[in-house]
Amino acid sequence: MNTFDFSIVTTWFDNLLNGVMPLWLTTVIECLLIGVGLILVYALLALFYIYYERKLCGAFQCRLGPNRVGPFGLLQSFADMFKILIKELIPINNIDKFLFGLAPYLVIASSFTAFAVLPWGRGLQIIDFNIGVFFLIAVSSIGVLGILLAGWSSNNKFTLIGALRSGAQMVSYELSIGLSVMTIVLLAGTMSVTELVEGQEHLWYIFQGHIPAIIAFLIYIVAGTAETNRGPFDLPEAESELTAGYHTEYSGIHFGYFYLAEYLNLFIVSGVATLLFFGGWMPLHIPGCEGFNNVMDYIPSVVWFVGKAIILSAVIIWFKWTFPRLRIDQLLAFEWKYLLPFNLVNLVLMLIVVAFGWHF
Amino acid sequence: MADIKEIIGKVCPDAIFEENEKPFAVVPDRDWHKVAEALKQSGYDWLNAVVGEDWGDEMGCIYYMSSSSDGAEVSVKVATADRENPMLHSVSDLWDCARLEEREVFDFFGIKFINHPDMRRFYLRNDWVGYPLRKDYDENPDINPVRLYHEQPDDVSVTYKEEADGSVKEEKVQVFAPEEFVVNIGPQHPATHGVLRFRTSLNGEEIKKIDLVCGYIHRGIEKLCEKLTYPQCIHFFDRQDYFSALMNEHCFCMCVEKALGLEVPRRAQVIRVMMDELSRIASHLLFFGTYCMDLGATTALFYGIRERETILDILEETCGARMTFNYNVVGGVREDIHPNFVKRVKDFIAIMPSRLKEYHTLVTGNVIFKNRLKGVGILSRKDAISYGVAGPSGRASGWACDVRKLKPYSIYGELDFDEVVMDGCDSFDRYLVRMKEIEQSLRILEQLVDNIPDGDYCAKAPKIIKLPAGHWFQEVEACRGVFGVYIDSKGDKTPYRVKINGTCLRLAGVVDHITRGSKIADLITIGGSMDYVVPDIDR
Repeated sequence: MNTFDFSIVTTWFDNLLNGVMPLWLTTVIECLLIGVGLILVYALLALFYIYYERKLCGAFQCRLGPNRVGPFGLLQSFADMFKILIKELIPINNIDKFLFGLAPYLVIASSFTAFAVLPWGRGLQIIDFNIGVFFLIAVSSIGVLGILLAGWSSNNKFTLIGALRSGAQMVSYELSIGLSVMTIVLLAGTMSVTELVEGQEHLWYIFQGHIPAIIAFLIYIVAGTAETNRGPFDLPEAESELTAGYHTEYSGIHFGYFYLAEYLNLFIVSGVATLLFFGGWMPLHIPGCEGFNNVMDYIPSVVWFVGKAIILSAVIIWFKWTFPRLRIDQLLAFEWKYLLPFNLVNLVLMLIVVAFGWHF
Repeated sequence: MADIKEIIGKVCPDAIFEENEKPFAVVPDRDWHKVAEALKQSGYDWLNAVVGEDWGDEMGCIYYMSSSSDGAEVSVKVATADRENPMLHSVSDLWDCARLEEREVFDFFGIKFINHPDMRRFYLRNDWVGYPLRKDYDENPDINPVRLYHEQPDDVSVTYKEEADGSVKEEKVQVFAPEEFVVNIGPQHPATHGVLRFRTSLNGEEIKKIDLVCGYIHRGIEKLCEKLTYPQCIHFFDRQDYFSALMNEHCFCMCVEKALGLEVPRRAQVIRVMMDELSRIASHLLFFGTYCMDLGATTALFYGIRERETILDILEETCGARMTFNYNVVGGVREDIHPNFVKRVKDFIAIMPSRLKEYHTLVTGNVIFKNRLKGVGILSRKDAISYGVAGPSGRASGWACDVRKLKPYSIYGELDFDEVVMDGCDSFDRYLVRMKEIEQSLRILEQLVDNIPDGDYCAKAPKIIKLPAGHWFQEVEACRGVFGVYIDSKGDKTPYRVKINGTCLRLAGVVDHITRGSKIADLITIGGSMDYVVPDIDR
């Protein structure tokens, strides 16, 4: 393996700082640097995603998409970002001001924390728990709290209906996400993000676990779309029914936070799918083809991870721009009557496959 | 005529029969309800229009009724001489659509309808002073200034109940109880297709009742027409149902031509029909797009718009406008067709079938789409007739109500096309009917495009158009249903009264009936499948 390991850089930097200052100061500086770096990546990725989705959906709809600001419209998202930053935060009467202000931060904090655990590349990871995947699912479900609060505190009937829908939807679909993740954890025998990635060095889990893994992936991608509140599961903000659902009353950067979180959740869902099914930052390896594998190794691991996630996102974006929206009772019936039982059976199937060693 | 004399004469010996283009009877108010009931039972079960009018010495309504199966027509005038407290008997128990139509008459003429369940203002604000379509209405702006405060929603309505002894008692009616969870869908809402407001009482996600509030963009076109000459009136007809602009103009011109006894040249007839069918396709394409967008499938909108654009280009070349055409004139059309017209229509006919196939692949077969539409918003044939839901929405309930077939006008009688009737009664069929009507309109265009006769495109109409005294009613099949125009003339160069009778009011009026007990999302599905256009409601 001749892929560059990022831990060399980080260890070198750590030693350099430790050489000139006390340990506590090193920790503080490193935390700050990591935080700033993350925020930067987070914001840039969101901007990229906005551009990416607009271009993709333009292509689906026989349009060009943004093409005026900058070459190929590349600066459009930046212009939009500056616009939203300088927009007024409209004060609203008769609302719970504290909760109203808190809600967008809860949403963004949850997505941000989940974002931080993703394995970006070889050695490029902020923290490596032994319960990494579990942590990811746990923090990403905090987001629903923010959405419920936003809907409740706005003191508006549309937002309330949107929030209640969202609550029902996210709690339901989290089950499916959790179970499909469990299926892969069963196959891998670990919850640690690093070990999950390393387990796929020679073959990705979706191939290792063949049938149950493919089923788990399909369920995951459906439930993940629902979890991010994107079409065809965008009922909480169903534009034609509830104007904008739970964030109807938000303006300026507070609305921007919801928007940002939605796009980043799209990346996180695709990132987790990459991690669980498509080898994380591992290059594509075909057992037996040494030459091919060596060429693949030359592509940096960060590119592998981000690239795979972006391609998976395209699928989710494709869903949104093709399908009509479901109705709330259909949505819940789909989860509880079909996805969940199917998922449980699939888990047992995976158990059998692992117990008898039928996987590759 | 004899038949009608018999039916009416049996229950009301005092009825007076007058000669008119349609069988016309004048009936005193006390017998009116009985007459209406007898007419309904003898097959005149479709209430086409309720025309309120102030004749000066008396005020009242002309009711146009026809048979839902063969299109036989009858009109009945009911009037009262009392201007202080005018009252007529309501027929809202016989025809559900009369509920809104009579409220409109109350709003504009102040005629109270006895036994009507909900006698509130409909278009105007609760605090409006006077009744604007009365001839003695004071137009002084100081009486009704532009009020800058919110109109208080009135949850208490009144009804005038007739006692057994004939006396009338006023009773209060609660529209919504104070504890109900009422959500405003509209007036500013993406799915109402304009400024229409549904006050929706909810139980969780379930709809309990809907109160329709209209009038946010009411422009008083009927009142404006009373002061303008006939050619000046035409352009208002573009601005009602703006997707059926050409049909609406066509209807008004036909009504005037009928009154004048003017023969329209064949070339003009063919051009008019081709324009009508082109705009029908354009309208149904936009329906397809916006309906899918309402359901969350945004991409389909752009597919529909793409083809609609081709039609608008064709229309623009000939008419000079893309939306408000002002193309029909009394006697024919304003300009001859553009030299490119025939070629471009042929090109369009050639590409359209493949595009329709594309729509069906993208949308119609989709499981989510089917699940959202099938069995949602069931409207039985009986209810469709009672609510007056004509047009594609009525035909999806198994009611063959196409005016082009029922009472053929212009050259439709000679054309070979099928009336699309389906009997699923749900939103899915309402959608499919429209998609199939596109195919039928293409058939009509195919027949005509090579057969546009030479000759004048406009008959010689008098310079100053004065209609003889009398009243006329003309209907056409617009994109969303029947569109009717009533003109009353006293022999002047301006009409005495114009009544515009679109179907959209009825389409919006039936929403309450068929959404009860379904989800909010279904309100969007049902409202979208009705395809109402708000300017046609707020005339």
